[in-house]
Amino acid sequence: MPCWGPRVVGLRLGVKLASRTETLRPGFLPRGDGRTAGSWRRWRHRGAPLQAGRLGDEKSHGGGSKVPQTPTWQAVAESNLPQKPDVTLQLIDHLERLALVDFRNQEGVTQLAKAIKFADRLHTVNTEGVEPMDSVLEDRCLYLRRDEATEENNAEVLLSVARRTVEEYFVSPPGNIPLPKRDEQDNLLIDPE
Amino acid sequence: LCPFVLQLQVSVALREGQIRPTELCHRCLSQIEETKFLNAYITVTEEAAFKQAEESEERFKRGKPLGPLDGVPVAVKDNFSTAGIETTCASKMLQGYIPPFTATVVQKLLDQGAVLMGKTNLDEFAMGSGSIDSIFGPVRNPWGYSKQYRGESSRREDPGWLIAGGSSGGSAAAVASLTCFASLGSDTGGSTRNPAALCGIVGLKPTYGLLSRHGLIPLVNSMDVPGILTRSVDDAATVLGVLAGHDPKDSTTVQDHIESFELPDEIAVQNLCVGIPKEYHAPGLSSETLAAWTRAADLFENAGAKVVQVSLPHTQYSIVCYHVLCCTEVASNMARFDGLEFGHRSKMESSTEAMYAATRHEGFNDVVRGRILSGNYFLLKQNYERYFLKAQKVRHLIANDFLKAFSSGVDFLLAPTTLSDAAPYLEFTKEDNRTRSAQEDIFTQSANMAGLPAVTIPLTLSTRGLPISLQFIGRGFQEQKLLSVAKWLEKVVKFPLIELEATAGNLQDAPKHKTFTSAL
Repeated sequence: MPCWGPRVVGLRLGVKLASRTETLRPGFLPRGDGRTAGSWRRWRHRGAPLQAGRLGDEKSHGGGSKVPQTPTWQAVAESNLPQKPDVTLQLIDHLERLALVDFRNQEGVTQLAKAIKFADRLHTVNTEGVEPMDSVLEDRCLYLRRDEATEENNAEVLLSVARRTVEEYFVSPPGNIPLPKRDEQDNLLIDPE
Repeated sequence: LCPFVLQLQVSVALREGQIRPTELCHRCLSQIEETKFLNAYITVTEEAAFKQAEESEERFKRGKPLGPLDGVPVAVKDNFSTAGIETTCASKMLQGYIPPFTATVVQKLLDQGAVLMGKTNLDEFAMGSGSIDSIFGPVRNPWGYSKQYRGESSRREDPGWLIAGGSSGGSAAAVASLTCFASLGSDTGGSTRNPAALCGIVGLKPTYGLLSRHGLIPLVNSMDVPGILTRSVDDAATVLGVLAGHDPKDSTTVQDHIESFELPDEIAVQNLCVGIPKEYHAPGLSSETLAAWTRAADLFENAGAKVVQVSLPHTQYSIVCYHVLCCTEVASNMARFDGLEFGHRSKMESSTEAMYAATRHEGFNDVVRGRILSGNYFLLKQNYERYFLKAQKVRHLIANDFLKAFSSGVDFLLAPTTLSDAAPYLEFTKEDNRTRSAQEDIFTQSANMAGLPAVTIPLTLSTRGLPISLQFIGRGFQEQKLLSVAKWLEKVVKFPLIELEATAGNLQDAPKHKTFTSAL
């Protein structure tokens, strides 16, 4: 595996942003009332209630049901959320270097801004004194096996699925060559389209 | 068409010699051919399937079948590694990749004599909730071609074909269209239950740690589980019995002794306490799904069960928490795809870095790329605590909500699986993948966050003639209880069998099938 630490390098951005100082202002969140607006609006609401008798002939409890008949979610007040995220060109550059994928176009950048805005709803939850949860099996001991080879040498098999090999090696293009700077990268990526 | 609908029935028929494994295999292959416009399969392993069916037939002739699945046709989602059979994750990144090993759960099916019909379609790398983002084209919901739906919709304008749900849409469509008796999906945030619900079949997400993930190409390691899709709860229990148990190749499988079980025909409903999580009436829940949920709760109450409303107060934050944790783990997991050791490799050879970059640019679709970028954002040094650790803390609160509900005496929770029935493709694609996933996974991902078992079963048909399903969520490793209760409701509601209408119109724009015939 390659090292994904400091060695990773940047990629060309698919489209040029208007200017270096421009930030993106997503308009994703529902308006103040989270029940009906924006992201939770469903494509269809017009279904009629279930026809009686389809499930059998039992009497329905109707209003006495334990199932709540109206939505129970609390609206998330816009004012409780952090400021709209700034997706700067510098940030985009940095992320592309870390992720080794490019945003490709403005749409990709907009998507990131929306994803951040959505994640920001977490900040309305009080987590004081709560430990982070890494695993749902945290109350159990993790199974550890003995550090012994359990399979025969299968280097040949594993190498067989690589596109380029020589003897027992994966072949990569020359290393230690940084990617060209953004403005020199125009022809770097071969676009499949 | 095969005269047997359930695995339980066909197993008996095979044993009694009413049908031979090769004949069964042939009928299922014909059904795959007749329903190929659904695009449920990426690869149909016709030749290998026949060979397996012949071997099974030999065992039956000798009077020594292997187990309940011997000779039974099954299908597997194309994100489970299968030696000798292309495994693509519906991505250009793995197109043409033939794994050198087989996933443990798939091997267990084969060791039991199950006949593998093929690999099923999905959203690229299982990221999606519609099975529309696949390089092999979208999966279509078989119910869109049923008499039940066609009859109802003939009075109004045709909205076009319907999505199957996702990401295991191919596995769900394969079972719903009677091309096999069981299939494997994967369930990270609802990817087994969502398509099972929309395709009107049973979808089981087992407890995290019960089934091996070895060979399942990872999406979110802390949540991924193999899922089971069948046409009855009993069948799901049978497949679970075959698959469950510790695997030395997956350190997250528990070492407890696991025994397979049969579900009782009768249970003492009056001893049950059913929890109705009130936060599962989320904005956007369709009135028909709400009615089905209400009806099901009443059915339990009328049968003598104690039905109580419980609160899982952090439910509405669960989908947000899931979004962050999913992206971060995806960012980490997708680092393995660099073009060097396996999968797609760009022709770019100017430097290693340029080759990595070009490979990933060419290999991933926008959805995968978007999640990788978001995940890297949440993991930035300055964001790590603010987003990643924060989400992990909220995850604890969500898991604790379930613990509290169960410790209050509730045996299981009853809730909707999806907001409504299956949407037409043209409607579904009006929003992007991330928005749709946030809507579609809204009721399903919290069971993954807490690692709990959950099973969806179809309740009834909507006025449009499409399945409406509900899910049961149980305590960890209590699959037997959970499925017993699901089976009780299944018996009460008598959900109808799909009546597929094969018309010439269905076949016109059928995607072309690849047939891959390497033996296993």
